[in-house]
Amino acid sequence: MPLPYSKKVLELFRDPKNLGRMEDATVQAVAGNPACGDMITFYLKINEAGVIERATFESYGCAANIATSSILTEMIKGKSLEEAWKISWKMVAEEVGGLPSIKFHCGILAVGALRRAIRLYYKRKGIAPAWMPEGLTFEEKQALEEEELAEVLSKRVGGGGSDAQSP
Amino acid sequence: MRADVEELIKAHAGIEREVYLDSENSSRVPDEVVRAMLPYFNESSYGNPTITHKPGWEAYEAIMDSAGKIARSIGAEPEEITFTPGETEANNLALMGSLWKRKGGKIVISEIEPLSVTNVCQMLEERGFKVAKVPVDGEGFVDLEKLKEEVDGETRLVSIAAVSNEIGTIEPIREALEIVKDRSPGAIFHTDASDAYGRIPFDVGELGVDMATLSSYKISGPRGIGALYVREGVEVGRILEGQIGTQRLWPGVENTPLIVGFAAASRMAFDGFEANVSHMRRLRDRLIDGILSGVEDTRLNGPRGDKRAPDNVNISFLRCEGEALTIELSLKGVYVSSGSACTRRILQPSHVLTAIGRRFEEAHGSILMKVTRHHTDEDMDYVLEAIPKAVERLRAIYGSMGDG
Repeated sequence: MPLPYSKKVLELFRDPKNLGRMEDATVQAVAGNPACGDMITFYLKINEAGVIERATFESYGCAANIATSSILTEMIKGKSLEEAWKISWKMVAEEVGGLPSIKFHCGILAVGALRRAIRLYYKRKGIAPAWMPEGLTFEEKQALEEEELAEVLSKRVGGGGSDAQSP
Repeated sequence: MRADVEELIKAHAGIEREVYLDSENSSRVPDEVVRAMLPYFNESSYGNPTITHKPGWEAYEAIMDSAGKIARSIGAEPEEITFTPGETEANNLALMGSLWKRKGGKIVISEIEPLSVTNVCQMLEERGFKVAKVPVDGEGFVDLEKLKEEVDGETRLVSIAAVSNEIGTIEPIREALEIVKDRSPGAIFHTDASDAYGRIPFDVGELGVDMATLSSYKISGPRGIGALYVREGVEVGRILEGQIGTQRLWPGVENTPLIVGFAAASRMAFDGFEANVSHMRRLRDRLIDGILSGVEDTRLNGPRGDKRAPDNVNISFLRCEGEALTIELSLKGVYVSSGSACTRRILQPSHVLTAIGRRFEEAHGSILMKVTRHHTDEDMDYVLEAIPKAVERLRAIYGSMGDG
């Protein structure tokens, strides 16, 4: 299937903004796994006022995965957690200049990972903000389903394999 | 979308060298082959070979000469060669055309056949055929004991590729054929020889296969042309209908320039065959050894040495996703393909790599490269410099994930 990535996706793929682990992160969250072929970790530094001061990411995946993760860290910088929560995968896709349809899931996974981090932050604080829905949102559900699907499929084919050919 | 692609291409400006290692998916046709084809577009032979005029007779002559050359290169007769638009069509013709009149029965294939075999089998299964897939070992060799168990009196067709297009395993076709003929004398034995042709000795007379698929672009010929060898006496029907020209099993107007180009590429592959093969094998091993020793956490997919096709390099890079790697390498002028295909939800690993026991994450980071007789040592030097850098950059994005 042809994959005509946008200029912005290629730009972020070549030179990702806010890349790398954050040692003093207030919270971090992972979505996806290597079996999905898609995995993102977000690191957020959140101040007392509930504003995201810094955001970084690490990722395993295609160019769209890297670009959407990177753009999202840019989009949430300086935003309140409530504002960050309201960013949808479609806004992310738009921000990177559009995504090929089979890459929509990359934007979805990025948003899913971010919301996981935000939920975790409030859970640790023992707070449930009124604006945060109790049930999982579309992006969070999709991230979960993707993880489960990869697990089921990778178990079905066996996996493991011999180490006979390792150099 | 069109504008996006233009930008992607522009991003490659200034690359030092281009090394095309993706003859798995399409070919870069050498000048000599292009030159051989050109006169057939407008100087002569541009007629339809079924019509009684000079350009038609010229086309007829060119097609017959080409069929003769292709036939001789595999030890067949010209009448046993049908030109098709490619490997996919030849495999479809072989399977559907030989089972067309059958009401049912069993088809036996291996677990690592190309999609133009497995997907056709899936369709035939829906039409009432029983399909059995014989497993392979960790290097991709078909389990002959399992083959013996699966082939029975109901078996109508067995299809096993002579060489795996993905991992280069040279299958024991002769042994497989003996088992099949012993267990089910009426069964037809087809082999997709697209990755064997021009790279390992392949003689249909010596092997005794009933049908064999050949592809032009896999030997640096033009795309859009391939052939099916059907041994004299093997009953195969058409799967398309229309005007029948020189190709009894494939209707429609023959593409004379492509047929001539296919024959020209074939001649180049077989002129100095031994030298061509040892050249490819040496470059292949330079790539394999250079990558495995130069990049950590890599695994070779498929066997080493003489039982591997001389052109095939397939390596998994852990913590490095395949599609990202193809793009990163493309930006350096190194063109390769990856074993996993993106679906709407998750990355779908290659069925060949999962069949040899690779985990999903190993399959996702796999890169397939094919060397040709046209590649040079300088090309390999360039690739061996580009790959470690590309992998290193992508692994930096992966970073510390998985360390908790």
